Order: sequence, then C-alpha cells, then structure tokens
Amino acid sequence: MKLKSLLVSLGLLAGAAAVQAEEPLKVGFIYVGPVGDLGWSYEHDMGRKGLEEYFGDKVKTTFVENVPEGADAERVITQLAKAGNDLIFTTSFGFMNPTVKVAKRFPNVKFEHATGYKLDKNLGTYVLRTYEGRYISGVAAGMMTKTNTIGYIGSFPIPEVIRDINAAYMGAKSVNPDVKMKIVWANTWYDPGKETDAANALMDQGVDVMLQHTDSPAPLIAAEKRGLRAIGQASDQSKFAPEAHIFSVRDDWTPYYVKRVQAVMDGTWKAQDFWGGFQDDMLTLASINPNLPADVRAKIDATHDAIKSGAFKPFTGPIKDNKGNIAVPADHSLTDVELAQVNWYVEGITDEIPR
Amino acid sequence: MIRIQARTEPSSLMKVASPLLAILLTLIFGGILFSAIGKSPSQALHVLLIAPLADSYNIGEMFVKMGPLLLCAVGLSLCYRANMWNIGAEGQLLAGALGGSAMALYFIDSDSALALPITLLAGIASGMIWAAVPTFLKLRFNSNLILTTIMFNYIALYLLIWAVHGPLRDPQGFGFPESAMFTDATLLPTLFENSRIHLGIVFAILSGIIGWFILSKTHLGFQIRVFGADEPAARYAGFNSKKLSWFVMLFAGSLAGLAGVSETIGPIGQLVPNVSPGYGYSAIIVAYLGRLHPLGAIIAAVFMAVIYMGGDLAQIEMGIPVAVVSMFQGILLFFLLACDFFINNRLSFSNQATN
Amino acid sequence: MDSDLIVQILFAAVKTGTPLLFIALGEVICEKSGILNLGQEGMMLMGAVVGFLAAYSTGNMGFGVLAAMIMGSTMSLIFAVLVLQLGANQVATGLALTIFGTGLSAFVGAGFVGQTIQGFPPIAIPLLSDIPYLGRILFNHDILVYFSFGMTAVLFYVVNKTRIGLTLKAVGENPNAANAIGIPVLKVRYLAIMFGGAMAGISGAYMSLVYTPMWVENMTAGRGWIALALVVFASWRIGRIMLGAYLFGLASIMHLVLQGMGWSISPNLLAMLPYVATVVVMVIISADHFKEKLLAPRSLGKPFDPRNMA
Repeated sequence: MKLKSLLVSLGLLAGAAAVQAEEPLKVGFIYVGPVGDLGWSYEHDMGRKGLEEYFGDKVKTTFVENVPEGADAERVITQLAKAGNDLIFTTSFGFMNPTVKVAKRFPNVKFEHATGYKLDKNLGTYVLRTYEGRYISGVAAGMMTKTNTIGYIGSFPIPEVIRDINAAYMGAKSVNPDVKMKIVWANTWYDPGKETDAANALMDQGVDVMLQHTDSPAPLIAAEKRGLRAIGQASDQSKFAPEAHIFSVRDDWTPYYVKRVQAVMDGTWKAQDFWGGFQDDMLTLASINPNLPADVRAKIDATHDAIKSGAFKPFTGPIKDNKGNIAVPADHSLTDVELAQVNWYVEGITDEIPR
Repeated sequence: MIRIQARTEPSSLMKVASPLLAILLTLIFGGILFSAIGKSPSQALHVLLIAPLADSYNIGEMFVKMGPLLLCAVGLSLCYRANMWNIGAEGQLLAGALGGSAMALYFIDSDSALALPITLLAGIASGMIWAAVPTFLKLRFNSNLILTTIMFNYIALYLLIWAVHGPLRDPQGFGFPESAMFTDATLLPTLFENSRIHLGIVFAILSGIIGWFILSKTHLGFQIRVFGADEPAARYAGFNSKKLSWFVMLFAGSLAGLAGVSETIGPIGQLVPNVSPGYGYSAIIVAYLGRLHPLGAIIAAVFMAVIYMGGDLAQIEMGIPVAVVSMFQGILLFFLLACDFFINNRLSFSNQATN
Repeated sequence: MDSDLIVQILFAAVKTGTPLLFIALGEVICEKSGILNLGQEGMMLMGAVVGFLAAYSTGNMGFGVLAAMIMGSTMSLIFAVLVLQLGANQVATGLALTIFGTGLSAFVGAGFVGQTIQGFPPIAIPLLSDIPYLGRILFNHDILVYFSFGMTAVLFYVVNKTRIGLTLKAVGENPNAANAIGIPVLKVRYLAIMFGGAMAGISGAYMSLVYTPMWVENMTAGRGWIALALVVFASWRIGRIMLGAYLFGLASIMHLVLQGMGWSISPNLLAMLPYVATVVVMVIISADHFKEKLLAPRSLGKPFDPRNMA
C-alpha cells in the first residue's frame, strides 16, 4: 500500500511539474537500438535533438538507448516516468505492451508509442505514412529500370512493410506496365552485412534498381559498386552512393515531436492515432540526384506534389489483390485503420507473403 | 622485488577480500573514466551501484532482473563443479520460454487451476530436453560440451524466432512477431501490489538454497565436489561419473527452462523474440563471481542485476551513453576475474634481488 | 539457374565467407594451443572501428588494416594476461572481453557514424581471372580476399609441415608434457592468442573497410560466434576452414537468392542450418575416438599453471 501511494505521488509530482511554466518540460525517449545505428533509433534521436534545438531551455530531454524489447522495457519506461518526464516517446513496436502497462500506472504522464495500435487516455500512437514515399520511389524506379526488374528488401512481413511493397509496385506499374518486382526478406531491420548480401542476391538476378525497407545504406553502396541505381531510406544516404542514388525518402520526426510537446505545454494534448507523411513535413525527398533524366525528375516532382497537396492518395480503388479479389473498392481510399491492416499483395506481385 | 608465490592453501581471507579489492579498483578506474567524459565520478558511481537499490520500486525490479540470472547460475555452478562445461544456459532458457509459451497459448481460453503448473512443467521439461541432447552427445560420442552447448543456444534462438514469426504468432496481432498476451490462468502471480516481483523470484531463491543443500549436505553433492576437485580420485572411489553428469546437466537445464518460462509468463506476459537479453551468458559470469557456490550465486546475481539496472539509470539520470556503461561493466569483470588470482597466490616482498 | 548466376552466387559466397575465414583462422590457432577465447566479437568490433578510423583519418586503407590488426592483438592481450598470468577462467574472461569491446568500440566510433570511405577496389588477377568460371569466382576480388588466401596457405604450411605447428599442437594436446620437454607453454599460448586477436581485428576491418565501408555500432552482428562453429565444423583443419567459410557464406545468402527466384523458405530455419550441421559434424568426428584424438585439441578450455607443477 505504501508503495502504491509512493508511486501515485510520484506520478502527481510529474504532473505538477508540467503546470509550472518556469520548469522545463521533461521529455523522455526510449530506443530499441543504439543511437549510433544510423537507422531507426538514430533518426528518432535526430528528432529529439531537433526538439531541443527548437525549444531550447523550455524542454529537457532524456533518452535510454539499446533497451531490449523484453522484460527490461517496462522497467525503463517506468523509471523514465518516475524521473519526472511529462511526455514519453517509446519508439519501437516491441515497446507496445510495456507502454500500455506503464501508462495505466502513471495517469498523469503522457505516452506516445511509435508504430503500435493500442491507445489509452494518456497513450497515443504515431505512424509514418512511409507508403507515400514508397509510391514515389516506385515511380522513379519504374522509369529508371532498364531490365524492367526492381528489387525490394523487406525486413519483416508486417502490415507497414507489406503496405509499402504494394505502394512501390503500384507506383512502378503506373509508369511502366511491364515492370516486375523481386522481393527478399532479410529478417532484420539493421545488419549492413546481411543487407549487402540481399542487395547482391537481387542484383545477380537482373534487378537494376534497389528499394529497401531496412535501414542501413548498405544496399546503396552495393548498387554503386555495380553501377546500378538505388533509393535511400529513412535518412539522406546520398553520400554513400553519389552516382547510384536516385533520391532518399527522409523520415523527419522533429515536426511531430515539436507539435506534441507544444500541445503538452498548451494543455491541449490528447491521445490520438496519428499518421504523418509529406503533408506534415515528416517525410521529405532529400538530395534528388542531378544525374536523373529530365522526364524522370519531372515525374518525381509531379507525383510528390500530388501526394503532398493531398490530391492523390496511393491506396485509392479500384485495387485488386494478387488473388483476384477486390481489395479496395472503386472511389474509396483506405482509411488509416484499414491501412494498418493491409496483409495482401496487390495484383501483379507474384510472390506469397511469408507466414 | 615483488615475487609471486603460490599459496599452499587457498586464502580464506582473500576469498572475501578479492571481490572487495576488485570493486575498489573498478571504482578508481571508473572514477577516471567518468571524469574523462566530463561526468561527476561520485554521482556516476552512486547512480550505477547505489541508486538501483535506493527505493522500493527499484529493489523490486532488481529482484525481477536477478531471477533468471540466479536460476541459470545455480545450475551452472553445479555443472562447473562437476567439470561439465555447460555454456548452454541461454539455449535452455529459450527452450523453456518456447515450450512454456506454447503450453500457455494452449491454455489461452482456460481457467483451469492446473494450467499454471502444467505451463511451468512444460518450460522445465523443455529446458531439460535442451540440456539432455548435448549431455547425451558428450557421454555417448565424447563431443566437446562447450561447443555443442553453444551450438544449441543458436539453434534454440532461431527456433524461437521462427515460432514467434510463425505458428505462435498472435492471429489478431496484425502480423507483428509476438504471441497473444497470456491470460491470468497461466500468468505467474505477483507477490506485492505495484511491483513485478513474481513467484519465479521465489523459485530462484529456493533454487539457490536447494543447490547449496545438494552440494553441501548430500552424498550426491559430496561426489560432485570430489569429482570436480580430483577426477582420478573420484573414479578410484567408484563414483559413477555418467550419473553425476546427467544429474548436474538436467538440474541446470530444468532451472534454466524454469527461468525462461517464468520470464514469458511473468514480467513479459507473452512470447516475444527478445525473451532474454543474454541471461544465460551473463549467468556464467554470475556463477564465477559467486565462486561456483549456490549461495554465492545469490549475492553475485544481485550484484549483476544492480549493475545492469544502474546502466539504464545512468542514462536517465546523467546521460551517460550505454557504451560507457558496458565498458565499465567489462572492466569490473576483468578486475573481479583478475583479483581471484590472489586467492591461490600471494605477492611476497623482499629486498634481495632474485637470482 | 543459368551458369552466370551460379558464378555470381559463388562469388558472393566467397565475399561473405571472407570475414568468417579470417576470424576462424585466428581462432583455430588459438584453440590448437588449448585456449578458447569467446571474446572474438569484442575484438572484431574493435578491429572494425579502429580500422575505419585509421583509414578515414589517414586516407590510407593499408594503414587501416594494420591498425585493426594491432588493435585486435591489444584486446587479446588483456585476455591473455588474465587467463595465462592470473589463471582466470577462459569462458568468463572471453565473455567479459566481448562486453568490454562492444562498449569501447561504440564509444570510440561515436563521432564517426555516418562517415564513408572509398573501400578497396576489386583487382582482377591477370591470367588467373581469365580461367573460365573459377577466375570470376576467386580472382576478381579485393586485396584482402587475396590476403586471406595467402594466410590460409601459410597457416596450412606452418601448422602441418613445420616445427612451429608441432609445438603448437603439443601445447594444445598436453601442456604438462610439453612443459616437461622444455616447450615454453605460456609463451606459445600468448603468441597464439595474440595471433587470434590480430586475425579478429582484420576480420572486423574487412567488415568496415570492404564489405560495407562505414562504421556503425555492432556491425559485426554475431559473426564472431559463427566463426566458433566454423572451427568445429572444420574439425580444426586449416583447409577445411576455408571451404567451410565459403560454405557458411553460401548458406547465409542462399535463402536470399532463393527468395529472389520466388521460392519461399523460412529464413530462421535456414539460419539454424550451419549450427545443426556443426553439431552433426562434431558427432561424426568425435564418435570415432581415434580420429578425435587427432583433431580436437585435448586441453581446450582447461587452465594450465606451470607453478602448480611438481
């Protein structure tokens, strides 16, 4: 009982701190990888640094890196809450259930979980519309390929990745009806060696433009070595492949983190299921290579503008899946809830989703 | 001149003093390390070594962290006493987690009182099987146990990852590699409100005591000790080395299996790919720090749990990167291993130069 | 599958197998002297980071490789002192070395994440690279791959044909007997451990200078442990280690190749394969007691203290 009251009072203290304007707002982050991974955790940490830059003394950020997605996660999130953080971002899918549990115990602390689907009064989720960038990537790849074969390295067969494979394929198909896509699953988010192997395996089989849903620049380096083309993912990877690089779709978490911290400061924060893309400046096209042909460049810009303005949504029907069923009816665009559940391949992809 | 002399008998003073000396050396070295990166050494050492035990929540979490370490280390202590170089606690733990989780999922709609004990037994049995195969290979084919058990760690790891991506994946989990959350019938009860201390911790401490009892008070334990100290003598005395080998290996396997199932049906509450952040390997260090004594293992497990938790707290409280924390842990272990030298040896100081 | 694709797959297998070959060559020498060093992953990471740093700041790739080897050796020296001089347990010390090396490499490399260098260019060896099929598989690589060929040949000769090899084996088989006939057991073991460290260093450098020319934390991703399996799989024979390294390399890319061709195989079950194969090989070689005597170093993992000798 004593323990409970202690925890409650700690939670209250954390809430009380938020009210006082002079005190900086404390924001905690928990990362699954090391901040030096140049991938997922690295980008979130860039977002954290952007947040500090924007607010200066008005925020104080803390992060814990390399937290395994097992029993430790719940403890670390609790300790962040106990340390007086007002807002805590848990930045990996595997932190979902631990975040849910801790959020229940600390009703006055606000939690945001990346890529998950469980909400609570003080627990929101946030997801990137990476499929938007992937559609533009598909358009570029479809125009650039000479062998009509583009390659896609998947990480894990979860809806986000399957959705993006579909978007890339639809983008490519829209400009090149003969295009084929070869997909391999590397079963890792981050292993430069394995990603190199996967890229080489694809390029050995006639792929001449590489897309990947893993985070390291390794596939670009592999493409550069062979004089083929590739598209950067998550961060600006142009310097790893000056010739091969078409463009990078950069994830930028800063605008979101700034917005949510501002909401807490203004007292307007509400738990929500947020999806952000080009419209919210959370995705940008970085370093479009000047060596692209003019028509490709023009098509990239046009597709980007249509998506950014909201005029075009990639998952607008009619879309059939690769078993011949209607996946998206005519005149319907998938809602966010429906997007979260995409577990079918679009018509034209000959593979099966691994089970 | 300083000379090294072998002691005729292990120094009982140094048995106690050597860990203290190691800790002292680590404190000095750690102080230099933390000053070098511009952090207050005294605060850093406080956060790393004292803060994890500073309040009731942290103490509870320390027990949660210590549980699997201790269960594995007790079994390993007995193995190493009997000259069975079992490096396979990690694999046995993962096998226990896998077997136990499969059983817990079988009972997902059940409210039977037998569900929990059967789930625990499934975990224990799985760990035993995973220990039994390398034991059989050693006794029957004379395979090197160190190497087979390492191989079995990897086989267990990939088996678990395969299962959690495949047959045991939550059908309602949007394709993410996690099992369904277990239901109350198969979850280990927690012992205190607002703490994650669960029944598994009681098993762990009991295992330490049982291990001590077997080793010190039974004829079996006597045989193990003689066998470890002087194998030819043990054989001469007619001790059945096969029987002893089977006993220590199955004992260790069952405890590691129990540790694995207790993690999944305890603090995690589902099967995830990252059940263990390397508990089985850390437990080897725990076993040595505990002088291969089951009661010593309890103290060593507390110590290891503290420095792991201190690592997270150092990031939260002081922003010390995890890289520095693992350097500190590595150095501490080096010193602990090095100082054991003085149990069996001493330095003698003399004025004469040696010839 | 056309022959062109097969050639390319085998070419990739050689590349993937090369870091494994380097570290396994180091480990086998170490194990032949009776020492089991589980710190490879830590030494490899330090080799990777220091190699990258040296090459990045001097612009000289060769200097990077050299720095990586020296760093690997230095790391292994910590292990050697603890194990040989202070009689610490080999397994525990090796694990501690991995923990330490993982942390130290991340600390040292923190400022260099995201930097890139020009890796070693491939060099086609004249004449040899014109051999049909084989030329493209083996003689169209970068200089480190050729160095690994040379290293394998030298070690094969030294271990099997020279006095040094005999001495090494004598120490690994029975250190007490070796000591009795005047072989400096500790000195041999020091050298073997440091050689292992240097090879782990170059293996790390291969990752950060050639394979993916950049530094990121933990970039070796467990390859040090695979090498441990490889040594056993090859039953401590130098020639078999080379074949085994390429076989393991092939196994690790095969599921990617097959997926590209539209086959679906669980990558996790496939990843298990090298370990299962290693266990099977171990059972086969050790089932025959006579053979086992010739292969596995007898005193592997057991401490030796000359002061305890009567």
